[in-house]
Amino acid sequence: MRAGILLSGSADVDFMIHGIVKYSFFGHEVWITTTHVCLLIVMLVLIGFSIAAGRVMKRAAEVPDGFQNVVELIVEKLDGMVDNSMGRSAPGFYNYVGTIFIFILFSNISGLLGLRPPTADYGVTLPLGLLTFTLIHVNQFRFQKPGVIWKDMCSPLPPWLPIWFPINLISKLAVPVSLSLRLFANILSGTVMMALVYGLLGKIATVWPAALHVYFDLFSGAIQTYVFCMLTMTYIKNAIGEDN
Amino acid sequence: MEFNTNFILGCSAIGAGLAVIAGIGPGIGQGIAAGHAASAVGRNPGAKSDITTTMLLGQAVAETTGLYGLLIAFLLLFVKPLI
Repeated sequence: MRAGILLSGSADVDFMIHGIVKYSFFGHEVWITTTHVCLLIVMLVLIGFSIAAGRVMKRAAEVPDGFQNVVELIVEKLDGMVDNSMGRSAPGFYNYVGTIFIFILFSNISGLLGLRPPTADYGVTLPLGLLTFTLIHVNQFRFQKPGVIWKDMCSPLPPWLPIWFPINLISKLAVPVSLSLRLFANILSGTVMMALVYGLLGKIATVWPAALHVYFDLFSGAIQTYVFCMLTMTYIKNAIGEDN
Repeated sequence: MEFNTNFILGCSAIGAGLAVIAGIGPGIGQGIAAGHAASAVGRNPGAKSDITTTMLLGQAVAETTGLYGLLIAFLLLFVKPLI
C-alpha cells in the first residue's frame, strides 16, 4: 500500500536512530547507536582540529599566516560574540560558550557529510540544555544573595506572599526543556525532510537537494547554534544580575 | 485487532495534520518580525547588520511553538505511541 509509506516508515525513508551494538548494563539492555558513532566522529574531528591549533599556536609567529590566521579569527569571533552580549562578565564564559558553539555547529553541519546529525537526538540536546541550566543557577547563587533570589521567585507579589512561587519555578524549569527542544526539533525536522526527499524522490533527487542541504543543514544549523549560545549567554547574564 | 490498529493509525495521521496547524502562529509572528525589521532598516540603514541579527534571533525563538506542534506530529506519525 503506497499511501502507508509515511506511516510505516518503510525501508526507503530512513531517519531513525539505529542500534549497532547491544550490551547489558546492570541488567538493562543498552545500545550503542548511530548517534554515538556520529558523536565520536564529530569529537575526533574537533579534537584533531584542537591539537593542530594548539601546535600552531605554540610556535605562533608575530605576523600570522595560513592556519594560525584561521585559528585566531575563530577565537576572536567567538570571544567577540561573548563580549558583545555579556559585557564585563564575559571572560569567565569564553570557554564554555565557545566550546558549545563549535560543538553544536559541527554537529549540525555533519548532516552535509552524510552523518545523521547527533543533535537530532534528544539524548544529545537535553544534556546541553541541562549544562546551561546548571550554569545559570550556579552563577545565580554565586552572585546574588538568597534573599534577592527568593524575592525574584515571588516576583509580582511581595516576598512574604509566595503564591507565584510554583509558577516561577515552572518557568525556571522550562528553560532547559525549551532550549534543548528548540535545537532538537529544528535539526530533526531538517533530517526528516532530507530523508523524505531522498527516500521518496530517490529517482529524481540528483542535484537540486543541494539547495535544501544549504538551507536545512547550513543556514538552519548555524542559526540554531547562534540562538542556543545567545540564549545561554542572556540567561547567564540575567542570573549574574545587573550590578556585577 | 487489525481494524483497531488501522483505525488508530488513521486517527494518528489526522491528529498529526491537526498538530501542524500550530505552524500558523510562528508564520504570523515571523512575518511581523520581518516587517518591522524591514521598516527599521528603512529608517536606519546603518544598523542593518544589528537589525538582521536581532530579527533572526527573535524569529528563531518565535519558531519554537511551531516546532512543538511539528514534534507532536512526528511523534504521532513515526513513534506511534497510541498503538
